[in-house]
Parts: sequence; C-alpha cells; structure tokens
Amino acid sequence: MNEVLILGEIKDGSPDLRTLELLSAGKKLSSAAGGGCSILFMGDAVSGAADKAGAYGPHKVYRVEDPLLKGFQADLWLSALEQACSQIHPSVLLMSHGFVGMELGPRLACRLNSRLSTDCIDLSIDPADGLLLRTKPVSGGNAISVFKCLGEPQLATVRGKVFPPAETGQTPGEVADIQVKIDPSMIRVESIEKVKEETVSLDKANVVVAGGAGLGEADGFELLEELAAALRKSFNNVMVGCSRVAVDKGWISSDHQVGLTGTMISPDIYVAVGISGAIQHLVGMVHSKKIIAINTDPACNMFKVADYGIVEDYEDIVPALVEKLEELS
Amino acid sequence: MTEIRIIVCAKQIPDPEAPLSDVSVDAEKLEVIVDAPQVISPFDENALEAAVRLTENMGGKITVLSLGKKVSDTVLRKSLAAGADELILLEDDQFEKLDSHSTAAALAKAIQKIGEYDLLLTGRQAGDWDSGQVGLLLGEMLGLPCISLARDITIEDGSVVVKKGIPEGYERVKAKMPALVTVSNEVGELRYISRTKMLKMIQGARSIPSWGAGEIGVASDGLQKMGIASLSSPPDMGRDCQFLEGKAEEKAEKLAAVFMGLK
Repeated sequence: MNEVLILGEIKDGSPDLRTLELLSAGKKLSSAAGGGCSILFMGDAVSGAADKAGAYGPHKVYRVEDPLLKGFQADLWLSALEQACSQIHPSVLLMSHGFVGMELGPRLACRLNSRLSTDCIDLSIDPADGLLLRTKPVSGGNAISVFKCLGEPQLATVRGKVFPPAETGQTPGEVADIQVKIDPSMIRVESIEKVKEETVSLDKANVVVAGGAGLGEADGFELLEELAAALRKSFNNVMVGCSRVAVDKGWISSDHQVGLTGTMISPDIYVAVGISGAIQHLVGMVHSKKIIAINTDPACNMFKVADYGIVEDYEDIVPALVEKLEELS
Repeated sequence: MTEIRIIVCAKQIPDPEAPLSDVSVDAEKLEVIVDAPQVISPFDENALEAAVRLTENMGGKITVLSLGKKVSDTVLRKSLAAGADELILLEDDQFEKLDSHSTAAALAKAIQKIGEYDLLLTGRQAGDWDSGQVGLLLGEMLGLPCISLARDITIEDGSVVVKKGIPEGYERVKAKMPALVTVSNEVGELRYISRTKMLKMIQGARSIPSWGAGEIGVASDGLQKMGIASLSSPPDMGRDCQFLEGKAEEKAEKLAAVFMGLK
C-alpha cells in the first residue's frame, strides 16, 4: 500500500503546528498516490498527542513509546525511527525542516539507503513512476529546483508555514503501537547539560529593526536598540534583528538572525540598517509588508526589495530619526 | 591527549553574497549560473576557523579536503593561509553535480585513505544547494558519533565537547573521538588573512595533491548525480524603492513621517 508517513512532533502534549502542516502536505500526496497518510509519534509519553492527532483524520496514528525517548537523544531517536520505518514500510516519509528533522533526516537516509531532499516548499507525486517530486529553493533562493530521487521510503523535510495546517472534524484514525528495541549502549553523544537562553521570537514581531555588516561595530546595535525603543511608543512588538554577518562577527546572538539559517519572518515593517542584502538574508524577510533600507551603497540589493530607501551613513540618520520619532509620538 | 588531527571538508562555491543581478537560471541545461568569484562556502570557513583555534591551543594537524569536478587551488589555498597544514583536492569529471549521498561516499573514501584522525569537521550546510546533509551522511558512513550545529568546540580528555544550538538555547554534549561535528556560524568568521600572506600562499611553489576517483577507490557506478527534474527562477521579489532625499536631517525627518503614516 502507498502509505505516506509523517513524523509528528509534540508541544505541550499536543501535535505542534508543523505536524499539522505536514499532515495536510501528506494527505495531498496520499490522495494522489491512492493510499493513506499516517502520523508517527515518538517519545516517553505520546498517548495524549496521539489521541488529539486522531481528530485531524490521519489514516493511522502510530505510537513508539519508550522511557529512553524522553527529550531528544538523536542516536536513540534515529534507531527507533529506523525500526519503525522497517515495520511500517511507508512509501513516503515527511519530517519538518526543524531541529529534529534536520538532525535525523540525513542519517536516516543513509541507514535506509534512500535519498533525502531538505527544506522543501512543495511536494507532489509524479504520476509516471510514483516518485516524489521535491521542490526546494536553492542558491539561497535564487533558483527553485525540483528533485526526483530513487529509494524507499521517499524522504523529504518540509519548510514550515508553507502548507496550511490540517483541519479537525474528520474520521479519527486508528491508533497502533510499534515496538522498537533501543538501549543506552546506542548513545554515542552524551548530553552534559541543556541551557535555556532568553531568546527573541522574531516571528512574533510587528516591527523589526535589523543591522548588518554596515554597522561596522557591535556598538551599532546600541543605536538600533534606541531606534527600537523610540518605535515602541508607536508600535507593538518591536524587536532587533540582524544579518548572518553580524552574528559571525560576534556582535549579537544568533536568535536575532534573519534569513535562511536564521528566522524567516514577514513583519509589518522591516528596517534594514547597513544590510547589503545577500540572497540568504532576503529570503528571510522579503515578504515583510513594508521594507525600509538605510545603506551607504545605492546599488546594494536591499534597495531593490525596499519600499523606502535612504542612502546615507546610518550614524547620521538613526540619532536624528530617534529624535524626530520622540517628538511625533 | 597531546596533538589533535583534524580533517575539514570545504566546498568551493560561487560567492553566495553575490548581487541578485549576477545570478541566472538556465532551465534547459538545469544549471544555476552565478557570475561571481568562487569562494569557500561560508559555514565551511567557520569549520576551518574552529579547527585552527583548536590546533592553536593544543597543537596538531589540519587537513582540508575539497571535492568537485575541478577545484581551484587558488580559492582553497586560503585555507592554508588561515592555518591548515595540508590541502588535498578530490577532482574528477565524475564528481560533477553529485548528490549529497555520493559526495559523502567519495569524501568517506578519501578520509579512509588519509587514515587516522580525531575530528572531522564540516559546515552545517553548503551555501549553494543548502541541503545540510553531507556532514551527517559522512558521520554515518564512517560510523562516527555525529554532532550537528556546533557553536563552540573544545577537547577534554580525548573527547570532543560541543556547545550545540537547540531551539530553546544550547546543549553541551560530549562524544569520544574520532567524531563528526557540523559547524554553525556562531563559531565565528574565519580569521582575517592579509593580502600579502594570501598572495604568498597563492604564488607559492607548494604543490597541492589532487586525487581522482580511481585513487580513492570510488567505483563510477556507485556515484549518483543530483536528480534535478526541473529548475526555474524564483518569483520576482523586487519593489519600486522610493528614495528619501535631502540633507541627513531632512531624510530622517521624512522617514519619521513615513513611520507615522504606517501606524
């Protein structure tokens, strides 16, 4: 049977949003391939999430429960997933292109001798041979490629916020348990500690003031903080973002990074200060409603995607802008 | 543990920071054409920087491997200028447009030919296809402990200790060596290399070994190309930019008015 399987992820005891998106992507494929779309949950306690997922109408909900699957130890999860695949024999396996999928996907592909496509933005089945057509932005987003590869299961990780989440109110799927054999000797990478960091959630921002290499020094972000503070008098959820270069230079932490390997955002207003606009940055912010660019180079990429531009050294603009905003708000 | 032997896999790609106008798509030939200088993929440079810092602290040897149909030793010699001890190019017509699995398989063969090592470093993903697979595939193929998204790497008693990025912050993990670690940009950018030093390295008499598929024992029927079914340009992202003119003060005032209009 052509079963499409998705690897579900759990947040606060429920299937997370990415899982619901995967389910809608998977259902589209399974109806084209003439089979069902099922969800697999792995963890130390997955029953609650498995029951809740039933309401979204999967063909089946598979549970792999083991105390060793508490948290996320990649070696154990990988072995459990490999064993689950060898029992379920899905024709397609989809994972979210997030932390878990990025870590497990390539290693699973190696173990199953299949080929993975990562960060896909569209998926379909080639009616000619039943293989998965995997659409993925490449060259940082400068081109869109469709890949087709051999191997079973057909493997892809899927970009978030591309597919709409699946809806509830459908025939609940049957729940089935899968037994796997894992033991602590499989652990090759030992966790010493997990450290929670105070991080910004740029995807929740209405306004992002972002800085890049053009700031010239870490102190530039202090000016941007002042601008953010001034904007907070008129706007909600104003946050400071940055380009990858600013992180590489150690000026600001990576949770502020916007772009392909940072956060992909589309706020109401994006202010790019001293960011020339490498394509891997642009793909992360180009869908912002309004884009304002401040840069000394009139030919830079950022002005090509901006609604408003100022060609000037930011140090001559930002303090004056802060002053004006204070007056007006 | 005294000295450490590190292998860094570095890919040569067209500069991913190139302006949009320098990139075009040939849908017929299924090629992305980038009219920009070749560089070392940025995350691979981060991996090299991590390697150089480790050997600076504890001594050791860094070997850089780069695979492609034709690799420019001019581009890759930068790794020697930055502090690598040895550069080996893996060049063969058969290495053109390999998929991630075959790339990793060929690299694995070359690594086995090199022999002993403690640490294998790659960038988290390459700046051209952004697939993020070769490092972890290599680790699996060589049967190594795999650690991804390193922000910081240290060595303690024969084990590698990595601060790796996780969604809620970071996790400190530890693995016995040899191990595979993929490196993220939080490690920091590759150190500055002066023009003089760079030129000296490029013009240097030193010969760079180049191994073909036969020399590393890769059978040609074992290599697969990337299965590209089609290639197209992305939708146009351009907008008509309205430039605010005047003296700095006036521009700032106009921009403040724009903000007030967007409230």
